Amino acid sequence: MSGDAPLLNVEHLTMRFGGLVAIDDLSFTAATRQITAIIGPNGAGKTTVFNCLTGFYKPTVGRLTMMRNGRPWLLEQLEDYRISRDAGVARTFQNIRVFPEMSVLENLIVAQHDKLMKASGYSAIALFGIGGYRAAEREAVELARYWLERVDLLAEADDDAGSLSYGAQRRLEIARAMCTDPALLCLDEPAAGLNPRETGELNKLLAEIRDEHGIGLLLIEHDMSVVMEMSDHVIVLDYGRKISDGTPEQVRNDPAVIRAYLGQEEDAVYGEGA
Amino acid sequence: MASLAAAPPRIVVAATIKEALMTAFVSAALLVPLVGFRITNRGGDQFLDTRWAEVAIAVGLVFLGRLCLNLVNQRVFFIPTLVGLVVLGIGFFISFPSEFLKTIALCGGAVVILRAAVVGRYWHVSGIGFTVLSAGLYQVSSLETFNWSLVGIGALIICCAGYFAKENASEIGDGFADGYRKALPWLASALIVFALLLPFLPFFEGRRNIDIAILVLTYIMLGWGLNIVVGLAGLLDLGYVAFYAVGAYSYALLAAAFDFSFWVCLPLAGVFAGFFGIILGFPVLRLRGDYLAIVTLGFGEMIRVILLNWVSFTNGPDGVSGIPRPSFFGLEFKRYPPEGTESFHQFFGLEYSSVHRVIFLYYLILILALITNYFTRRIRTLPVGRAWEAMREDEIACRSLGINPRNTKLSAFAIGAMFGGFAGAFFATRQGFISPESFTFLESAIILAVVVLGGMGSQMGVVLAAVVLIGLPEYIRDLQEYRMLAFGAGMVLIMTWRPRGLLAHRDPTIRLNAGKSS
Repeated sequence: MSGDAPLLNVEHLTMRFGGLVAIDDLSFTAATRQITAIIGPNGAGKTTVFNCLTGFYKPTVGRLTMMRNGRPWLLEQLEDYRISRDAGVARTFQNIRVFPEMSVLENLIVAQHDKLMKASGYSAIALFGIGGYRAAEREAVELARYWLERVDLLAEADDDAGSLSYGAQRRLEIARAMCTDPALLCLDEPAAGLNPRETGELNKLLAEIRDEHGIGLLLIEHDMSVVMEMSDHVIVLDYGRKISDGTPEQVRNDPAVIRAYLGQEEDAVYGEGA
Repeated sequence: MASLAAAPPRIVVAATIKEALMTAFVSAALLVPLVGFRITNRGGDQFLDTRWAEVAIAVGLVFLGRLCLNLVNQRVFFIPTLVGLVVLGIGFFISFPSEFLKTIALCGGAVVILRAAVVGRYWHVSGIGFTVLSAGLYQVSSLETFNWSLVGIGALIICCAGYFAKENASEIGDGFADGYRKALPWLASALIVFALLLPFLPFFEGRRNIDIAILVLTYIMLGWGLNIVVGLAGLLDLGYVAFYAVGAYSYALLAAAFDFSFWVCLPLAGVFAGFFGIILGFPVLRLRGDYLAIVTLGFGEMIRVILLNWVSFTNGPDGVSGIPRPSFFGLEFKRYPPEGTESFHQFFGLEYSSVHRVIFLYYLILILALITNYFTRRIRTLPVGRAWEAMREDEIACRSLGINPRNTKLSAFAIGAMFGGFAGAFFATRQGFISPESFTFLESAIILAVVVLGGMGSQMGVVLAAVVLIGLPEYIRDLQEYRMLAFGAGMVLIMTWRPRGLLAHRDPTIRLNAGKSS
């Protein structure tokens, strides 16, 4: 698998806001069936990388190539909604963005919009009750049921998403992103605000997604227990520049990383995580 | 008196009286200059009269009212009810210095009784209180069209609301909403049957009543149309009347220029209005909330100003007259039809009556409105409708899920506008005359008020709000200048009691665990 062309190839990504250089000449790759983590101190530009990848920002310089369905997609040239629809990049948000007044199930059905639009003749044909929309909707519900079971929200399926607890909303966001049938799932601090038990469940879920669904995961995380335990590949950013790139083991012992996090001290920073 | 025993009254006598005195003092400070002095003309000279009796009575009423409401809040019900009854009695049997004061006394007494009954959960008393209040209004306003059946329905609703009210929800609205949720399916069917039979119900005869019903239904249809844009897609549109105008003028001008019939023009009016919806939609794609509202407001005014100034095309402020009336499958509603054709009453062998056409218009708008409703309910379960609702909730999340925001928004604008256009064509054919006067910003505001006060996205809420906001003011037209006051007071009351609208409840469009309701 590592011999294949990488799923995502980021080359010379640079993002400037006026005079501020948020990301400076960043290059990295993410592979399928791997969890790639991007870590770094606050303000290192991690979320900006995500926003460039998912089309919310247009990068100043750089090429972002996504392989899907055997052809490359240049993310920096696609409109944001097409990055999800055509290039298969799904994301979750640091500050949760579920649809609060829609039910949990509806959240997951909305995520299958494109598929259902086609099945319903862009809603125009299904309006008159003809065509295969009913069957497509049943399939969509089955997919939603599958993911609800995976994230343990089956009992809350008909509740308003806004009434769920914080941890449950995070899980719902992951399920919703998975319902878009992505090739790469980008998670922006999925463990933020979760308690240790929930973090453990999250780790399990992410590992299952990687192993069973064969997609790539890209992760921004502060929680080192998640990063060190889960990641196959870690990229460390500081002030928008990549300072380290490798396996968790390599990164943990990289002096540049320790300097960035703790100044000059060389104590065991990540000891707790292993 | 079970609730009295359960919660023994703890009255803070001194504080209660002090608070009521303060209220009385403030009202006195306002009333002395406003009511106490009056300049009158006598024989060309002006005199300054004083009206201390009025001021004293008004201040006394304010004191009593505040005192009673305070007592009710402390769960004392007997004294306020008694005071309310006494004031009612005085109001009925003793003459006041002015009719207005008498109204205030009667209504105030009834309101105190009603409040005590609702808070104390004596729901049967609350119905009686409402009836007394209505009777009081009747007594002073001498309404010609006072309708006892309406009062009965109102009292029944309040009784039901009191009955459904849960222990922790003392407000009428919550209790009503609760019962409403359980009753919605058969309530909707019952309403449709009621609407179908309405023109033939004994208490509803007469042209004026049907005219009011047509007016209310027009606003219900406009409300349902705007609900697609505002309630579902969350795009605050303050210029909806523009599409209404486009529809009306489409029909009027097409009929005048090409002699098209109503049934040909109706779909065309919808198409034109939908087209204008897209024209409005493009520049505002990136706008949200307040900014969107301002641009749509400007768009509405632009259409009106164009209609006003493009005299060679629209006949400007003089409007378009002689708009043809609709026919019933080719049968016209005329006493003397043109040579070689039959008219409606001849074909069915009826005596000619001008009401036939009005009843036909009533059914026409009823069907148009029901089509709008059916469409909206259906589209909510389709991908486009779900995308609209998701767009309302969070646009950025929608983009991240591969939903095309441009198409989604434009389709909402276009389809909402299309129904506005249908309603506009109906308006034109009903009036027979249209001018830019009919399409002012106030119309947009009222349609939006119907949607917002009813509860955004709620279909039944629109019906209720249209009846309350459009129908009731028509019935109390005899109140003359107090009519708009009552309109405003009604809006304030609805927003105070139910800030999210009368019936703000959203049911999921699809359930996983069907049968088990949440």
